[in-house]
Amino acid sequence: MIWFLLRRLALTVPTFIMLMFVTFMMIRLVPGDPIEVRRGERGITPERLEQLRHEMGLDQPIWKQFLDYVWGLLHGDFGTSIVSKTPILHEFLTLFPATLELTFCAMLFAGLIGVPAGVLAAVKRGSVYDQTLMGVALTGYSMPIFWWGLILILVMSNTLGLTPVSGRVDLIKFYYQPVTGFALIDSVLSGQKGAFGDAVRHLILPSIVLGTVPLAVIARMTRSSMLEVLEEDYVRTARAKGLSVRRVIGLHALRNALIPVVTSIGLQVGTLLAGAVLTETIFSWPGVGKWLIESISRRDYPALQGGIMLIAACVIVVNLIVDLLYGLINPRIRHAK
Amino acid sequence: MPSDTVIASAAAAPPGPVRAFWNAFSENRGAVIGLFAVLLICVVAALAPLLAPHDPLEQVKGATKLPPFWVEGADPRFWLGTDAVGRDMLSRLMFGARISLFIGLSVMVVSMVVGVALGLAAAWYGGLIDVLIIRIMDLIMAIPSLVLAILIIAMIGPSLSNTIIAVTIVYLPRYVRLVRASALAELSKDYVTAAKVAGVGPFRLMTVTVLPNCLAPLIVQAALGVSDAILEAAGLGFLGLGAQPPTPEWGAMLADTRDLMLSHPWVMALPGLCILLTVMAINLMGDGLRDALDPRLRKS
Repeated sequence: MIWFLLRRLALTVPTFIMLMFVTFMMIRLVPGDPIEVRRGERGITPERLEQLRHEMGLDQPIWKQFLDYVWGLLHGDFGTSIVSKTPILHEFLTLFPATLELTFCAMLFAGLIGVPAGVLAAVKRGSVYDQTLMGVALTGYSMPIFWWGLILILVMSNTLGLTPVSGRVDLIKFYYQPVTGFALIDSVLSGQKGAFGDAVRHLILPSIVLGTVPLAVIARMTRSSMLEVLEEDYVRTARAKGLSVRRVIGLHALRNALIPVVTSIGLQVGTLLAGAVLTETIFSWPGVGKWLIESISRRDYPALQGGIMLIAACVIVVNLIVDLLYGLINPRIRHAK
Repeated sequence: MPSDTVIASAAAAPPGPVRAFWNAFSENRGAVIGLFAVLLICVVAALAPLLAPHDPLEQVKGATKLPPFWVEGADPRFWLGTDAVGRDMLSRLMFGARISLFIGLSVMVVSMVVGVALGLAAAWYGGLIDVLIIRIMDLIMAIPSLVLAILIIAMIGPSLSNTIIAVTIVYLPRYVRLVRASALAELSKDYVTAAKVAGVGPFRLMTVTVLPNCLAPLIVQAALGVSDAILEAAGLGFLGLGAQPPTPEWGAMLADTRDLMLSHPWVMALPGLCILLTVMAINLMGDGLRDALDPRLRKS
């Protein structure tokens, strides 16, 4: 096991090095030198430009700049935002809980509906239920989620008035300090009446929008995985023993069918974070996805660079954890070459 | 016994590969519907200049924000109404099909060609080249697809052709990994060894002997890749990072009309519906292809 762990860890090292190299090159490839841009500023002398260039380390040879960049990253220095002048890491960590809360609720929504739907479709294979559920899953799988979000806002918020249109908190009615950064927890901690309900209402639409594609994927995977497991000998044995259908499906079949499903959920973190960019933009959700998009329009390249670095690092780490857990459950993976 | 030989020869004549494929494919009703929907969309896209009643960029004076035909106050000249500046929605949607299919197909073709080349190279050479290619693909996959596309667009600027470049890079790893894995599996088989012994050179061996046997999963991936590319490109267009206005790209059309959403919902609803239906049709067809081409999944 320890060798498996070490080998898996070692495999991520070159990926990280290349990631650092790519993000480093990126800021040098975008149009507009950060110093050249300031040439037009009033009262800026060539000497001051040279000084700025020196301060930012841009007069150093390129390999030295790269080493400095890596050295900074290893010490938690992801650069400073041009616009807000705050460290990127700090900005990222302030916004990340909002994204985390949203993705967590989206996954909860997707799993709680997707798994039962997949099981039902598999057990009643070929029936009207199966066909309807798989039709819905196909629609969800093909959904342009930005459009889906707008339609839901139109119907749920504007026509029916059930949910708020955007943001995390109704700032006219409630205000609380971010203690943990998670609106669901902070609203309870604030002790204000109705604050928790308000936080939940704000989460409903974004979670549905972000959870739609994973929901469809989970339902389809659960179905095919269940179909496979239901053919297995041990399920037949369990049936032959005279166990109730519910017990056979719920205990014997589902438990084994879920292993590949859970793995694929874990490996979908990247997809979720990509979806979060669109979802957060539509719902003005103050998370890292919206921040990234805004960094582009503000030409805040250090923020973009640091943000992508951090997001990719999250995905790599989560994938690593999923891999390790999978190896833990399934020894065949662990001992494979 | 003569009667036996007749039966045996009738049974021994298997349907040709195309026929067998079509038999398996047409068993799936959804797949056939998907195929016909895709064909219909292709025809509309190809004939858009002939079919469209108006120029998609022409702004008709005094005909702004007209509703579609099922809403009161519709103008018979504009079946699906007009947008904020008086452009015909139907014509714009038809030309949008052109752009979306063009994006989807070019991404698919380029990433497949490059992916096959890299995948075969990784499988054949192994060693350092293999490690290098696979590491780079891992890196691409570590960055969320849309975020990577945004990063690339930030470097090369937003436009239609740059959308294609960005989405191609994002989807490249799927093809490379798929081709490499199936080529590696094929390389260990006897017929490849036989070809090697017969003196077939590496290029011919990989392209003529090995590649055709890796095609089935590749075709499925290519079909589903088109729909993913269309969705990704529409997402970029919606964020203002894809095709630029006034190009009638479906995603960009949606972004254009967000402020009209409440008063004139159809201007927002129609382009999204087109994206959904196109992607659904391709996915339906792709699922059917997978069931027909992949014998392991044919049963379920």
